[in-house]
Amino acid sequence: MQDLHLPDRRSIPLLLAVLAIAIAAPFMFYPLFLTKVLCYALFASAFNLLLGSCNLLSFGHAAYFGASAYIAGHTAKAWGWPFEASILAGVATAAALGACFGYLAIRRQGIYFAMITLALAQMVYFLALQLPFTGAEDGLTSVPRGKVLGLFELDNPLTLYFTTLLIFICAIALIHRTTHSPFGQILHAIRDNEPRAISLGFEANRFKLQAFVLSAALAGLAGANKAIAFKLATLTDVHWTTSGSVILMTLLGGLGTLFGPIVGALVVVTLENYLADSGLPIQLVIGTIFILCILLFRRGIVGEAQAFLQRRRGKAD
Amino acid sequence: MPIQALLGQLLVGLINGSFYAMMSIGLAIIFGLLGITNIAQGAFYMMGAFFSWLLLREAGIGYFYALVLSPLIVGLIGAAIERTLLRRVYKLPHEYGLLLTFGILTFTQGLFIYIFQTAGRPYPVPTELAGGFNLGFMFLPKYRAWVVIASLTTCFLVWYALEKTSLGRTLRAATENPTLTRAFGINVPALMTLGFGAGVALAGAAGVLAAPIYTVSPIMGADLIIVVFAIIVIGGMGSIMGAIVTSVSLGLLEGLAKVYYPQGSNMVVFVIMIAVLLLRPAGLFGREK
Amino acid sequence: MWAPIMTEPVIAIRQLQGYYGESHVLHGVDLDVAAGEVITIIGRNGAGKTTTLRAIMGILENRQGSIRIQGRETIADPSERIARLGIGYVPEERGIYSSLDVMENLMLPPRLGPGGMSLDDIWQLFPNLLERRRSQGTRLSGGEQQMLAFARVLRTGANIFLLDEPTEGLAPVIVQQIGKAVEAMKAKGHTMILVEQNFRFAARLADRHYVMENGRVIDVIAKADVPSSLDKIKSYLGV
Repeated sequence: MQDLHLPDRRSIPLLLAVLAIAIAAPFMFYPLFLTKVLCYALFASAFNLLLGSCNLLSFGHAAYFGASAYIAGHTAKAWGWPFEASILAGVATAAALGACFGYLAIRRQGIYFAMITLALAQMVYFLALQLPFTGAEDGLTSVPRGKVLGLFELDNPLTLYFTTLLIFICAIALIHRTTHSPFGQILHAIRDNEPRAISLGFEANRFKLQAFVLSAALAGLAGANKAIAFKLATLTDVHWTTSGSVILMTLLGGLGTLFGPIVGALVVVTLENYLADSGLPIQLVIGTIFILCILLFRRGIVGEAQAFLQRRRGKAD
Repeated sequence: MPIQALLGQLLVGLINGSFYAMMSIGLAIIFGLLGITNIAQGAFYMMGAFFSWLLLREAGIGYFYALVLSPLIVGLIGAAIERTLLRRVYKLPHEYGLLLTFGILTFTQGLFIYIFQTAGRPYPVPTELAGGFNLGFMFLPKYRAWVVIASLTTCFLVWYALEKTSLGRTLRAATENPTLTRAFGINVPALMTLGFGAGVALAGAAGVLAAPIYTVSPIMGADLIIVVFAIIVIGGMGSIMGAIVTSVSLGLLEGLAKVYYPQGSNMVVFVIMIAVLLLRPAGLFGREK
Repeated sequence: MWAPIMTEPVIAIRQLQGYYGESHVLHGVDLDVAAGEVITIIGRNGAGKTTTLRAIMGILENRQGSIRIQGRETIADPSERIARLGIGYVPEERGIYSSLDVMENLMLPPRLGPGGMSLDDIWQLFPNLLERRRSQGTRLSGGEQQMLAFARVLRTGANIFLLDEPTEGLAPVIVQQIGKAVEAMKAKGHTMILVEQNFRFAARLADRHYVMENGRVIDVIAKADVPSSLDKIKSYLGV
């Protein structure tokens, strides 16, 4: 849908500033709230990897996020697995699920791809409703947080925040590397002109599937992290409304930009927090923003800001 | 397995199947004319049920009037939405249409939750259709028989209107080549408004029929539309008759599953979708562009 | 509606600019057609002939300048309103609908004015269509599809016709049949713009020839001057 805008050398000061803010933030805001923002920012970045680089609109990313949350929560709670192992179990589950669903969904194009991912995710929702270990309507509660590397108690909010921040930075770096690697270039070539990429000898579907699995695994990383951080995995995590939220975060922030999903997640999570006590249904607000976003600013906050800066730069030159 | 239970579940399956059919032909008409995958179809279904509940509670207007009035109101709301919102995304990739209607679905659900809360509200079976027939081998509630007849008749009438009337001819032409159709002096933008209004009115009508069977609630349409999407992946949107046949068959299969494997009954459609994707990726009646 | 002023041309185009996306394809076309006149637009491939017809029809939405039809400015009008002024359009690709059968294709365009051909007249002019009236539109041969495209607009009572490459890719015997149809239309006093590669076909029918190159009209040749201008025409067409 749009070109990928990625940081060049000029953005290094910006990156450092963002990092400084991220380190200072937990001393000014609730670390637990910031942890939530980071989890959803990672989730949205994972989704953006698929939509921005491959133009594949997945309408069922909650499946990977939620399934991973359940598995991470269950392994930590019922089997007493350490933090790292639970997270890995969640990621592995999400990747496996992504491989199966991706294999099915890439058999159809465009709007059908979106419908298939939505339908497959609904299956995961029904499974979560019925499987014995998920706690059905109540969800999987009281998941123990455990210790990082067996040393640092994650029940300390600052430890939890900085652990999440570290995971987040590693994941974003991985996404950035991927989109800039030869693999990422091939994905862009397929996105821009699939028949041509195929005629050049690239097996388009194999690359799309790899991107899909990576995106699902990263969504799983976000879900597992969230389950441990909030000691909770619920049906909401696998519901289509969550798939919708992550789409909105990405669109609102700026599709195909590195920072867009992060900004979008910050805005949406903040909104949800404020609205939780207002009595105004979250759907009403989310739906309104969705409509405005599609009709008025499809480039999203970061995309519009970049366009504005480019116009200014263009005038200055 | 007692035969009554089997027939009872098959009847429920047939009812659901005919709802799926009304939803999916509405989707097919809208997709053909507007290029929009209308996920908000679920919200219009909910509105249809809600408006008949409101008509009864606020104005004492009964079921049979609501059967005409509710879909009409839903259709008019749809036409207004087409004019003000959808029209702006026709030239964008199809994904934007899906996302915009997703926003409309979310907004509408939120609005109805805000006004009416999430609790389900019962809608009484009209007295004319209360009771049932004892067929000897099973008890057939009159209302359920009526729902099957009414919805399948509606589907057949839509098929007939599209295939055999001059309006249908014009709609098919506008679907196939809107630019040339306009150049013959046919007001295609007006047809698109009409098509969207009619497509969502079908969902509204399904909602009215569903109101006495399922409770009326703001969230009643959302899960339904996902099943209908899976049915569309299975059957494709190219043929109205194909959509009707696929929908009814899958409804019946769901009914069968409720008898033999109740835990998995809500997954039957998805499992069949997976099988179709593996064996016949383009769908059963695939004419994908 | 007001009656057209006799002295004003039925179609008057001034400084028509046209764009396909970013590219500027019509660069100030001027063109006049009087009532009952037949003109052709000739020129090489890519000169802007088809685009000019599409601009008149309103199919090319991105256009500027002035197009007056029957005295009415249509530059900002949507396609369907322009057609309602009584224009019958036969596109280059024929535009037969595959989801409609022959009869449905024929009956699709609404009436635009009085005096359209009856079905009997149409069956007489194109007997093949009668035999095949229940076939799917695109199952017809190329020639039959062209007949159907003509029949479709002749039924509507249009009195202005835009014909885009009506003989392209057709067998000589079919070209003759199409020629007869065009002659009959001319005899009825219809106004026509004909885009045509086949100059021998065009020369017989047209009162004037507009020559286009690179999105502009570079010459206008009256029928009487054609014999003396043959060399010039050949060089315009690059044959």
